[in-house]
Amino acid sequence: MKPMFAIFGGALAIYIVIVLLIAVGPAIDLSRTPAGPGVEPLTQLQSEGREVFAGNGCGYCHTQQVRPIPEDQVFGRPSAPGDFTWQTPELLGSERTGPDLTNIGNTKPSDVWQYIHLYDPRAVVPESIMPNFKFLFRVVDKAPPGETAVPVPAKFAPAHGVVVPTQKARALVAYLLSLKQTPIPEYSMNGGMGGMTSAPPSPPAPAASAPASSAATGGYSYDATKGQALFTANCSACHQTTGEGVPGAFPPLKGNAAVDDPDPALHIHTVLHGAHGVTIGGVKYTSAMPPFAGQLSDTDIADIINYERSSWGNHSKHVTPADVAAVRTSGK
Amino acid sequence: MPVTAESRPVSTRGVIATPEGDPALASLFKAYTISATLWLLFATAVGLLLAFKFGAPDFWAAKCLTFGRLRPIHTNGTFYGFASIALVGAAYYVTARSCGTRLYSTKLAWIGLWLFNIAAVAGTIALDLGYNWGDLEYREWPWPIRVVFLAALLVTAWNLIATVARRSSEDIYLSNWYIVAGVLWTIVIATVGVLPWYQDGLGQVAISGYYMHNAVGMWFTPLALGLFYYSIPKVLNRPIYSYALGVLAFWTNLLFYPLLGGHHFLFSPLPWWLQTTAIVFSVAMLVPVWAGSANFLLTMRGRYHGRIESYPLAFLFVGVICYLVGSTQGTVEAFRSLQAIWHFTSFTVGHSHLTMYGFVAFAAWGAVYALLPLATGKNPGRLGMAVHFWLALVGVSIYVIALSIGGTVQGLDWVHKVPFIQSVVDMQPYYLWRGVGGILMFLSHIVFAWNVWRMTAGKPGDAASPIMDPSAGKEIVGKEVVA
Repeated sequence: MKPMFAIFGGALAIYIVIVLLIAVGPAIDLSRTPAGPGVEPLTQLQSEGREVFAGNGCGYCHTQQVRPIPEDQVFGRPSAPGDFTWQTPELLGSERTGPDLTNIGNTKPSDVWQYIHLYDPRAVVPESIMPNFKFLFRVVDKAPPGETAVPVPAKFAPAHGVVVPTQKARALVAYLLSLKQTPIPEYSMNGGMGGMTSAPPSPPAPAASAPASSAATGGYSYDATKGQALFTANCSACHQTTGEGVPGAFPPLKGNAAVDDPDPALHIHTVLHGAHGVTIGGVKYTSAMPPFAGQLSDTDIADIINYERSSWGNHSKHVTPADVAAVRTSGK
Repeated sequence: MPVTAESRPVSTRGVIATPEGDPALASLFKAYTISATLWLLFATAVGLLLAFKFGAPDFWAAKCLTFGRLRPIHTNGTFYGFASIALVGAAYYVTARSCGTRLYSTKLAWIGLWLFNIAAVAGTIALDLGYNWGDLEYREWPWPIRVVFLAALLVTAWNLIATVARRSSEDIYLSNWYIVAGVLWTIVIATVGVLPWYQDGLGQVAISGYYMHNAVGMWFTPLALGLFYYSIPKVLNRPIYSYALGVLAFWTNLLFYPLLGGHHFLFSPLPWWLQTTAIVFSVAMLVPVWAGSANFLLTMRGRYHGRIESYPLAFLFVGVICYLVGSTQGTVEAFRSLQAIWHFTSFTVGHSHLTMYGFVAFAAWGAVYALLPLATGKNPGRLGMAVHFWLALVGVSIYVIALSIGGTVQGLDWVHKVPFIQSVVDMQPYYLWRGVGGILMFLSHIVFAWNVWRMTAGKPGDAASPIMDPSAGKEIVGKEVVA
């Protein structure tokens, strides 16, 4: 009996002590983490959407944590402890087969885009390998009163009838659009984490550098490669790499009046401040375009605009960062 | 108390010579192995479908076949259906034999088998219907189902401890340290994982980090090591190289392993001390890993002739090597500089298959091929074992190498800040090779099922007894220090 008690009892007792110290103790403490400034509990519909998200295993390909290292900058500011107060079960995830979704409500705020993307991801992202979630939609002859059909491009739409989201799809999209980081002043890359990473300091946040770059307009020359990369990263999800948009959902830039206008004011304004409910080429677009003023510098925006003004058959006057700065300072 | 190798008539004490000696134990071992084999076939067929979906995302995209529901069915099915049941079945045999006694209760062991299966079937159905506890790796099953699994563990622990208590010698052989302690630790893991009081928001993240690594390293690792400590000396017909080294590995594994779970959440909002502790103990894990691996490899010394003398030994050998390589790789992945590249990429999927498949599955197969014929008196065919071995080995090698290279490409894409979709495009060839490896692995499981059939219900095959001639290879051993 004696060796049994020593080996098994000892091994069990030591393990329990370690587990209390490394897991249960910290977890008790962390469970009481107060919500960060502006971090709100989910609404009923959003919670329902979160269950759809978890139940269909979205979290296996999409993380919801932004690390304080430069490569994660594209997804937002580093996640803070107060971001997770209302997030049970946790969905931080372990794999990024697809992009992080921490801030997706800010970067893809269009519910129309989200619906089309869920119905058939390849309708808006041709290279996507995300499964389609057609089982969250119904195909009906005509959208019932009070419901709106999803403007799925013809190539991806069912042969007959229109696509309408089910309650689960509506909840899921409400949840996705609720994923918005709240700003934390002074909490930018590396700085807010007290320099805890070994990664080299990243460049300063673009928006902060905007005035500096606009001051140095004399040296600007349009960089077509950079313009294309920025367009691909920020614009092509809706306007597509062909510049043709998605018919009925997202307007084309090819032959777009604002893009072809020698006066760039409206073009710059739209990129800086977004747009909602506009009519372009006789088509009214219900989906919202997000503002980019907070994320991109004047030089970046000039590069994007010049890329748009010189692609897909567009030949229009180029702009400088100074032009962008002028519209930026004139405000909305 | 540790006994040196020389004085230990290792694995064979109290062995009942004829297979008919303990038919109840043999039936039990058979039933666990057959059940595990069915789970292996099911869960890896699902895995193969998942691999296919990376290239054909619209294939079978219906509700019950969507990627996100099948993925946890694959992981939980291989963990709790295949690996757990296979390891526990072999562990019952090892414990009874190494204690020189009959099992305390055959009935309890059968109840345990039913409970494991009820949990795994119910868990699979729940996940497929879209009911889970969150996308919390390896604990997705709704909590009542995980309580059933916990009950299976309790029954198993009770039975094993009571069996050890009626052993025929004063000492407890090392295998039983690992096996019984592994079941006891897992009872703690399952309990901690299910209680809700400290699992809100970030608190649950801390538990996830703890759970997902302890469920692997304090459950599958000790059970597989326990089987190594019995099967390797058994097939070689010689004692374990060093008993003391095994004891050292046991206690250091216990002290270091539970502390490293936080390395799944480096750079996360978890407290920095928790993350740093995890990195420190990820490095400390080299002690038990190298001590254990060296012990097994030294026990096999003199048997590396460049030819395969025995397929049971070949399976065990690959298991040991993957334990060594996979665990060392885990340490390296825990460094912040490398984690910044590899975390969130397919590299970690390669790592988990190197360890769960290369190490745990090969250990389970090695133990089954080494021990099941002794229990049933029926050998598999030599060709069958050879085909299983080579298909599985080549398959998992392609799988792990493809995802390791692909994961590195993926991570560097992100570091270079190319548009995210580029990393998806760049992964396509590696996803394809993963599928090729997966096909070979799955085919090997069909052959394994055939071999299990021949060792249990079917006509025995032509393989020699798994116990090798200890005098073979003596001339090479001659130059070394012989225990």
